[in-house]
Amino acid sequence: MIEILVLGEIENEEIAPITGELVAAAETLNGTVGLVLLGENLSSQAQNAATLGAEQVFLAENEFLDGSSIDAYVEAFSQVCSQLQPKIILVGKTLLGQTLGPRVAFRLNAVVAQDCIEIGHDMMTGDLVATRPVYGGNALMKVMFPRVGPNFIIVRGRVYEPSIIDESRVAEITNVNVEVSQGNLRVRHVESVAQDVEGMRLEDATIVVAGGRGLGGPEPFESLHELAALIGGSVGASRAACDAGWVDHNYQVGLTGKTITPELYITVGISGASQHMAGCSGARNIVVVNKDPEANIFKDATYGVVGDWNKILPSFIETIRELID
Amino acid sequence: MPLDIIVCVKQVIDPEMPRSAFKIDPDTKRVADEPGIPPVVNGFDENAIEAALRIKDSVGATITIVSVGVDFAMDVMKKPLSMGADELVLAEDPAFSDMDAMGTAHVLQKMIERIGHYDLILCGRQASDLDNALVPLGLAELLKIACLTIAQKIEIVETGIVAHSINSDGYDVIEADMPAVVTISNELGEPRYPTLKGIMAAGRKTPTTWSTEDLDINLESIKPALKILDLYLPQTEGEVEIVSGEDEADAGRNLALKLRQDGLI
Repeated sequence: MIEILVLGEIENEEIAPITGELVAAAETLNGTVGLVLLGENLSSQAQNAATLGAEQVFLAENEFLDGSSIDAYVEAFSQVCSQLQPKIILVGKTLLGQTLGPRVAFRLNAVVAQDCIEIGHDMMTGDLVATRPVYGGNALMKVMFPRVGPNFIIVRGRVYEPSIIDESRVAEITNVNVEVSQGNLRVRHVESVAQDVEGMRLEDATIVVAGGRGLGGPEPFESLHELAALIGGSVGASRAACDAGWVDHNYQVGLTGKTITPELYITVGISGASQHMAGCSGARNIVVVNKDPEANIFKDATYGVVGDWNKILPSFIETIRELID
Repeated sequence: MPLDIIVCVKQVIDPEMPRSAFKIDPDTKRVADEPGIPPVVNGFDENAIEAALRIKDSVGATITIVSVGVDFAMDVMKKPLSMGADELVLAEDPAFSDMDAMGTAHVLQKMIERIGHYDLILCGRQASDLDNALVPLGLAELLKIACLTIAQKIEIVETGIVAHSINSDGYDVIEADMPAVVTISNELGEPRYPTLKGIMAAGRKTPTTWSTEDLDINLESIKPALKILDLYLPQTEGEVEIVSGEDEADAGRNLALKLRQDGLI
């Protein structure tokens, strides 16, 4: 019997980082931890999953779990949860998880908390509790799960340090039988279209240079690209700059855009609305160039320059060029 | 045949309000009402309205706006009508003030069943107050229809609906038969402004309002499953180091030197 079930995810034929993060989150709770993978053919992943630290690994294999319909995953995961009867189910707030987790919760008439950044048991009562940002990150809400279960917790990515991979670990590997009926697959995946962003993926970049409404138009982003190329960074943007059409939406950092965790985040003309900060709160050092000393983003900044970016940016870039040469 | 489109909208506190005006009442654990800052229609829901209007422009549609809540500001809730939607149906009851996502989805299901025929249900990808992105998923589960999420583009085709669903590298093209629930993201494009004619027409329209009795809702079934223990402002930490200079250009130079000195570049 497992009490906590983690939904593992596979990305590019490998166990996705969120899986280790969820195992680490599960280990802070009371109970035995199981990890389930959903897919077409999982035998090559099972051993890797076992090294993450869950006591049991469950494999739910089905020919329809090939990415062609989200509905197959909803069916399969519902059946896994019904069979294993965990009290707590941890799902990552990934593209798949944020839809799959809640839909299964609704289907099973269970309780769900979306986008949690901290989970645990109340020290006094032992109740299961979770904390989630609300109002675009302006406030935090602490919620309690009054029922024994099943309780679904959707956990934000890059909040928990992933569990340490230990090759010597042995987990019991069990197959779970799931049946997917083709007639229930309502949504069909036709194709994926990649929209290239120059440079490294924003999510993986250690330096990000981003611009916002204060830039006033698309042209200044050329300077940001120049700066990013110079220091090995990627370019991002605020939602305002994307919605204005100055850069593609792939550049958007924020609650509904990319979540970034760079060592250095240089922002130019970004005021720092909470929904933007929700996407960059994991940045180690935030540098702010903004003409408004009252701009919200200064509250979270490490370094700031107050003034007109038109005058600041050229000398900043030039000096960096000299320093690097 | 014109389509019957239902757009689910939510009245929220204005997310663009200054942070200094955002306060939490420690007794009720709710955001305190700020006099002078009226609520708005959730921004992503306006994107959903825009998506519906584009379908109306191209193939024809009757657009019905539905909303569940308490204390509706009627001029705010009529905005979708002034943008070009046809009908406004509100479910208003004190019992709706403490509902969670499942309760809201349940009430919406009752409203939609009472409305009758529909081809498409459009929702914003999430509401800017609780950022849950749960209600559309629950609604699709309750109605047992297709659910397409985070669309930046939708298209009506012969076989049903095609959506461009945003992913981390671009988008997935996904399709489904109708009826379907589709959640719309801001990437769809700016919602149109109400026209003067639209505002006049909206002013003359009377919304349909339903209570729990009208919708035959069992109050037990909409009790929240999740208990809210606390709502509080996050602590911001640290002090910003302001880099300056003789002029702005000099400050730019000093910033570069500072970042180099601290080993960040």
